[in-house]
Amino acid sequence: MTFVSILYGLLFWAATLILIGGVAVKVRQYWNTPAPLKIPTTPAPVTQGGVVWRMFREVVFFQSLFRSNKTLWLFAFLFHISLWLVLIRHSRYFVDMNELLVFLQPFGRYAGFTMVLGLVGLWARRFLVDRVRYISAPSDHLMLALLVAIGVSGLMMSFVAHADVTQVKAFFGGMLTFGFFGDAGLPADPIVLLHLFLVALLMIIFPISKLMHAPGIFFSPTRNQVDNPREKRHVSGWALELERQGKTYLDELKK
Amino acid sequence: MADYEVPKLTGEGYCEVPAVRDDVMKGKGPYIAKPDFQTALHFPADFDAAGSLVPNWKERALDKMADLKGRYRSLQVFLDICVKCGACTDKCHYFIGTSDAKNMPVARQDLLRKVYRRYFTFAGKYFPKLVGATDLTEEVLADWYNYYHQCSQCRRCSVFCPYGIDTAEISMAAREILDHVGYGQKYCNEIIGKVFKIGNNLGLPGPALFDTVEGLEEDVEADTGIKVRFPLDEDGAEVLLVTPSADFFAEPHIDGLIGYAKVFHETGVTWTMSTIASEAGNFGMFIGSYETMRRVSLRVREAAIKHKVKRIVFGECGHAWRVAYSFLNTLAGPFDFLDQRYPIPQHILEFTWSHIQAGNLQIDKTENDDKVLTFHDSCNVARGSRMGDYPGGQFDIPRHVIRAVCNNFVDMPADTIHDATFCCGGGGGLLTDDLMEIRVKGIQPRAEALKHVTTHNGVTHMAAICAICKSQFTKVLPYYGFTMDQIVSVHQLVSNALVLQRQVSVQARPDEDGDED
Ligand code: SF4
Ligand code: SF4
Repeated sequence: MTFVSILYGLLFWAATLILIGGVAVKVRQYWNTPAPLKIPTTPAPVTQGGVVWRMFREVVFFQSLFRSNKTLWLFAFLFHISLWLVLIRHSRYFVDMNELLVFLQPFGRYAGFTMVLGLVGLWARRFLVDRVRYISAPSDHLMLALLVAIGVSGLMMSFVAHADVTQVKAFFGGMLTFGFFGDAGLPADPIVLLHLFLVALLMIIFPISKLMHAPGIFFSPTRNQVDNPREKRHVSGWALELERQGKTYLDELKK
Repeated sequence: MADYEVPKLTGEGYCEVPAVRDDVMKGKGPYIAKPDFQTALHFPADFDAAGSLVPNWKERALDKMADLKGRYRSLQVFLDICVKCGACTDKCHYFIGTSDAKNMPVARQDLLRKVYRRYFTFAGKYFPKLVGATDLTEEVLADWYNYYHQCSQCRRCSVFCPYGIDTAEISMAAREILDHVGYGQKYCNEIIGKVFKIGNNLGLPGPALFDTVEGLEEDVEADTGIKVRFPLDEDGAEVLLVTPSADFFAEPHIDGLIGYAKVFHETGVTWTMSTIASEAGNFGMFIGSYETMRRVSLRVREAAIKHKVKRIVFGECGHAWRVAYSFLNTLAGPFDFLDQRYPIPQHILEFTWSHIQAGNLQIDKTENDDKVLTFHDSCNVARGSRMGDYPGGQFDIPRHVIRAVCNNFVDMPADTIHDATFCCGGGGGLLTDDLMEIRVKGIQPRAEALKHVTTHNGVTHMAAICAICKSQFTKVLPYYGFTMDQIVSVHQLVSNALVLQRQVSVQARPDEDGDED
């Protein structure tokens, strides 16, 4: 067991806690913040089932984005779908394989390329389209740089300098069972270490960055509300309190 | 005519997306509200004169921001999840018309977001430069005031954002914050004050309204030989009609009002307007104040109860309809004292269309043969509300009615209608002379689409169903070579084609059960 292995073990424990805890805090905040008015962007579904279907189309196919900008849609879709395949491929480090996962493995192997391609397309827009250049902050560039670096280092491990995957698996398997990071620890392979470090970094910044769009979209009232205000009265807690106390203004409320 | 350039139209039906430029529309924004307008709306007024800030303005602005993001999920989520993808950047008519970078929806949001980040997020507190966070300064406030009054809250950007981020919600929040530090907008706040004091946006007192409707009865009788009534404050009518006050005097709005009256007359449904609720528009939405919006809405409830009506019908106005359709039940409900067999509230077009379908109206379409029509989907109807019982009814019902009363109808290009419609450029509290430049520039995409069908399809008239659209179009389209009378109300077309058969209007039912409740 090397010092580096222990360091990485701790890093991943911390990153996982920050990711899960941070997202949980944010999601709780979204959940608890009332949506006092019905504001679906219409035409909107008039049933709950319809909303689920709308959300599905948005989350899986990026329907609105497709309407707005085909090039952007292509790169974004390419990136996200590839990312899924890559993540599925990575599942073999954590869980036992079943038939579906085995079937998807080869796709995941090559999806690394399309993922990087999508990212490069997205990044190019930030330089080439004047409007997008204007709205980009340094962090927007860094985020893409980070993802590209993760992708490229991952690809290197698969296609250039093969990493000792069994050892990595043992390492994470050890972590999952609260063992001490596998018996052998991580292979002393700089690319593996770089890749893992960047992934941990990504996990850490996830909850404090725009990556929150992933859970956030499910809370977007313009997309997740049913269009039925005439049929069903929709009142938030604080508005109900105004009514109950017969007050017009919030600052008149008895707390 | 003006010290800025009026955009040129090509007639191709679409506008090139301009290259971004900085600060084209930088300015002081519209006139600022005086302290007494603020007091009327329960906003702080402890500033010296219009244009100066309240003491501790920075703390109070941040407190308000914290309060709002805790009360509106939309605001909190939208501030967090924008990925700066840029999909919305070319979707705003004000950006297309002005090329000012800060009129791109995401850039407009960022004016607020960068302050949110600075004070409320980890990244912005510790790495402000990295994430584009900035301190709240007077300069930032001035930009808020200027650019959030260059957003008509039309929601076109929301349609095209992958997360449905609605800049309108951000604008509303920004204006609410501004109202709390002394930068209220004169136009909106003065108007809302009039609603509270007199009952409508135009400040028309009861006697003036009675005069107006009497005059209208005489005009219609002179015109048709039939006495069509325009009832006001009549108890026991079936329907309470709430319509924008512009319908009482502005052109072409008034022809729409005549249309509603004729439809009620022919269907035999008794109705009344009310001096209490002589205004459908609810400017509370524009300034993002739930409390104001509710207070304005409660008048409609009060009028319905006072006049003992069974149904509420709203006249042609987009913002009015959004508040009525989406929020009225929330703000002023429950409406359990009304007849539950009808939608509450109902749009006048839903009313008219149901009677056309039932064959209750005799129509002579040839009366509109001098026109080739197109239809402008008002933004708040298209993207913020509905008509009928299925999604998209708000696009079909107005068109069904137009086709039922006119022989010639042509739609504008597909990416400028339905939920992709372009705003008239005057909504959201921008319909004021001090914002003329943005109004003229913002109408460009709509004017372009209109130009396309006038040159290629012989369109002569554009029908609209919003009081603001009609006012804005009649005033601003002439800058582009159109004439005022090319804008018509949908019910004006109905009015032209409707053949009156009933000789007299039905009177409101006498108040039989008056003392039971
Ligand atoms: S709501 Fe309309 S006016 Fe405002 S930024 Fe979006 S598109 Fe522009
Ligand atoms: S489309 Fe939505 S996510 Fe993309 S930049 Fe605009 S507001 Fe942000």
